[in-house]
Amino acid sequence: MAFESFSDFIAMGDHGLYVWTCYGVFFLLCGLLAWMSVFERRQVVRAQRFQQQFQSSPQGAADSGNQAGEASFQRIQTSHNEPASKP
Amino acid sequence: MWQFFHKLGSPKWFYGIAGRFMPWLLAVGLLLSLAGIIWGLGFAPAERYQANSYRIIYIHVPTAFLAQSVYMMIAVAGVITLVWKMKLADVFVRAAAPVGVVLTLLALFTGAVWGKPTWGAYWVWDARLTSMLILLFLYIGIIGLGFAYSDEKAAAKAVAVLSIVGVVNIPIIKYSVEWWNTLHQPATFKLTEKPAMVPEMWVPLLMVVLGTYLLFGWIAFYRMQTEILRREHRTRWVRDLVQAGGQSQLKSGGA
Repeated sequence: MAFESFSDFIAMGDHGLYVWTCYGVFFLLCGLLAWMSVFERRQVVRAQRFQQQFQSSPQGAADSGNQAGEASFQRIQTSHNEPASKP
Repeated sequence: MWQFFHKLGSPKWFYGIAGRFMPWLLAVGLLLSLAGIIWGLGFAPAERYQANSYRIIYIHVPTAFLAQSVYMMIAVAGVITLVWKMKLADVFVRAAAPVGVVLTLLALFTGAVWGKPTWGAYWVWDARLTSMLILLFLYIGIIGLGFAYSDEKAAAKAVAVLSIVGVVNIPIIKYSVEWWNTLHQPATFKLTEKPAMVPEMWVPLLMVVLGTYLLFGWIAFYRMQTEILRREHRTRWVRDLVQAGGQSQLKSGGA
């Protein structure tokens, strides 16, 4: 140990304020970065889950067939019928 | 080689590999940097002229070092984006730029606080400090430019060009202490010479530098995974992964 006592360690020979400010800000910013990254991940996952639910449930309710594959098939059929009915 | 390149183009493959590396990067990185910091703060001998204020070096040098390395990595990724149009390179740029901002801010802040007891001033407009401030603006510019385009490919190109042009700043930072008169001390580590410090001082410093590199690897992988989830949200595997909670580890191993 480079210091005589714990209070010596905290005081750092008059430079304690400078040293501990630096280390405090270092850990604070690193922690903030990690926390923000985790928060961002959660937000992305939550938003996409919500979107998936939103996409799948109205289709299931509208169709009696309640299969996503059938719903998209029907959409293609209507666009196919349109030009045929025009002339 | 080409097969490896091809695989790197697959976001799912990368996601799985990153998930496998991440626990190790985090554990070893934390262990190394915390051990180095405790050693440096409490056990390394005091410096002859600066007494205990020099202990700021154990976070100042690693953050400054890493801030420049991360910029170099971003520039290399920029070249890869422009030449091979690899999406993953742009994903890295997006993920790493905010980390670079934090690192540069920390290097500047700890340097300023260290400057007060050592030089008698928080800030001087000399070459090292000014070029470091420019690095901060470059990072912020990269983030801002990324948001300025609605088209993902156009944004990736613009960001790549900016990051490559900004590389000019890196040798300026490195040699600023030799080219111009400055208060800043010369480099602590050189590849060709032994450090001027005693081993009890530089070994913990080297530990923190290596540890923060590994921790950067961890946070970069984590943030890249998030960016992949965002971009690939239409694919089957991302849909399944999101339903399962969006963990970093793939159940199938990702091979």
